Amino acid sequence: MSAIPGVPRVKIKSDEPIGERAGSRRVDRLLLLAPGMIWLFLLGILPLGLILVYSFAQRGTYGGVVLNWNVDNYIRIADPLYLGIFVRSLILALETTIICLVAGYPLAYAIATAPPRHKNLLLLLVVIPFWTNFLIRTYAWIIILRTEGLLNALLLATGLFREPLSMLYTPGAVLLGFVYNWLPFMVLPIYASIEKINRSLIEAAMDLGARGWQILVRVIIPLSLPGIAAGSILIFIPSLAMFAIPDLMGGARAVYIGNLIKNQFLAARNWPFGSALSICLVLVMLVSLFLYARVMRREGTWS
Amino acid sequence: MSRKFMWFYVGLALFFLYLPVLILVVLSFNASRLNVNWTGFTFSWYAELWRDRDIMLAARNSLLVAFVSTAISTVLGTTLALGLYYRRDILNRIVDGLIYVPLVVPETVMGISLLAFYTKMGLGLGLTSVILAHVVFCIPFVTLIVQARLAGLDYHILEAAMDLGATELRALLQVMLPLTVPGIVAGGLLAFTLSLDDFIVTFFTAGPGATTLPIYIYSMVKLGVSPKVNALSTIMLAITAITVITVVFLLRTGSNGRKAHEKAQSSSVTGLPFT
Repeated sequence: MSAIPGVPRVKIKSDEPIGERAGSRRVDRLLLLAPGMIWLFLLGILPLGLILVYSFAQRGTYGGVVLNWNVDNYIRIADPLYLGIFVRSLILALETTIICLVAGYPLAYAIATAPPRHKNLLLLLVVIPFWTNFLIRTYAWIIILRTEGLLNALLLATGLFREPLSMLYTPGAVLLGFVYNWLPFMVLPIYASIEKINRSLIEAAMDLGARGWQILVRVIIPLSLPGIAAGSILIFIPSLAMFAIPDLMGGARAVYIGNLIKNQFLAARNWPFGSALSICLVLVMLVSLFLYARVMRREGTWS
Repeated sequence: MSRKFMWFYVGLALFFLYLPVLILVVLSFNASRLNVNWTGFTFSWYAELWRDRDIMLAARNSLLVAFVSTAISTVLGTTLALGLYYRRDILNRIVDGLIYVPLVVPETVMGISLLAFYTKMGLGLGLTSVILAHVVFCIPFVTLIVQARLAGLDYHILEAAMDLGATELRALLQVMLPLTVPGIVAGGLLAFTLSLDDFIVTFFTAGPGATTLPIYIYSMVKLGVSPKVNALSTIMLAITAITVITVVFLLRTGSNGRKAHEKAQSSSVTGLPFT
C-alpha cells in the first residue's frame, strides 16, 4: 500500500470500523447509553439497595425506620407463622407452575405442529386474553365462581345441587386465578423451543424405530427443555410475589408472601421486616434463575 | 397424538381462555344488575360509566401516565439499543444487567422498593412518582424490541456510512435510526400497554390523588361485583385487542429479514426476553 500524500496511513483490522477517531466513539456511545443507564440505576437498582439496607434496620416507634444493623428481621422470618406463609406461597407457586406446564405443553405442541398458515393466528388467539388487565381476568372468574355467580346458577338449575357451593374465597379459587392468568407464559416459550427443533432429529428417531410416544418422550420433550425452564421461571417468580389475586379471590384468610410484604408496608408499617421478606423473595428468585441458567447452559452444549 | 385430538385440545384451551372474558363482555350489556340472568339488552352501564367523574378522572390519569412514560421510555430505550449496537465491551454487560433487573425482580418488590426510595428522598407520591416508576419497567421492553429490529439489519450499512465520513454517532442516528422505526413504534406501543395495564407498581407508587384505571378497578372489585366494572372491562379489552393486533401487524409489515421478523415477533408476542 503506497502512502497518499496528506492522508495518514491507517491499518485496517477486520473487526475495526474505519473512518473515525477512537477517542470520540467512547463519548458517542456514552452519550447514547448514559440517560437510560442513569434512569435504570437510580430508579431500578438504588431502591433495591435501600431495601437491602432497611432489612437490617428496626421499626421506629411511629412506624419509621431506625437503622441499627441487626438481623432480627431475618430471625423473625424463621418464626413458624411466617415460615408457614413462605412454605404455603412456595407450594402455591409450584402448583401453579406444574398445572400450567401440564395444561400448556400439549397446547404449545399442538400449535407448533399446526399447519403454518394457522400458527400465527393460534398464537395471537392465545396471547390476546393475556394482554388484558389481569384484574379484569380475575374479576371475570369472580363473576363465575361467587355464591350468586354463574356457575352456581347453572349447578342449581341442573337440580343436582340444592345449595350453592362456596367456590370463591378458597385456596382452590386462588390457584385457578393464578393458572388462568399465567397459562400463556408457559405456552409461548415452549412453543418457541418446539418450533426450533430440527425436523431431521425426529426423522432420525423414526428411522431408528422410535414410535409416536417414544419420539415425544425421548426426543421432543428433552429438546424443548429450555422452553419448559423459561416458562416455569416466568410463572414461578410472579406467582410467588403476587398479592392482588389472593386479595380478591382468596378472601381474608388467604395470606401469601406477597400479601405479607404488602401489609408490612401499607398496614403494619413495619418497613424493615417487609424489606427482609422482600430480600428473601429476591433470594428465592435468584436461586430459581440460577437453576434456569444451568438448564439453559446444559442445553447449549448439546446443540 | 392424533391431529383430531390436538384440535380438540386447542379448542378446549381457547374455550377456557376466552369464556370468562366473553361472559364479562356479554354481561356488560345485560340489563340485570345481578349478573346472572339475562333480562334484556342495555347500554345503560356504559352511560353510567360515562357520567362517573371518578372513573373519567382515573382514565385521564392512566392515559396521561401512559403517554408520558411511553415517550420517555421509548427515547431512552431506543438510545440504549443504538448504543449497544455494533460493539461489545464492558458497557454492554453493564447495560444488559441494568435491563434485566426490572425484568426479573418481582413487581411487588419493585413497588415497595420504589415506595421506600421516594419516601427516603422526600418525593411525594403522585402522578410523577408513577411515571418515574413506569419508565423503569418500560425501558427494557423497548430496548429488547429495538435490538431485535437492529439485529435484522445489515451492519454494513453502518460501516458504509462511516466509510463515507460519518462519525459513529451520526451514522447511528441518521442511518440506523430511521431503519429501526417499525421496531421503535412496536416498542412504544408495548410500553404504552404495559403502562396502561400496570397495577402492582402503581399500587405502591401512586398517592391518594393519582388513581389510575387499574387501581380504580381493584378498589371497585374489592367492594363487590357491579355491572359498571363489566362495561369498563369491555372497553379496556377492546383497546388492548386493537393495540396488540396493531403491534403484530406493524412487526409483520415493517421488517425485511424473515429472521428478524420472527425474533421481533416472538419477543413482542411474549413481551419477554426468555424466548
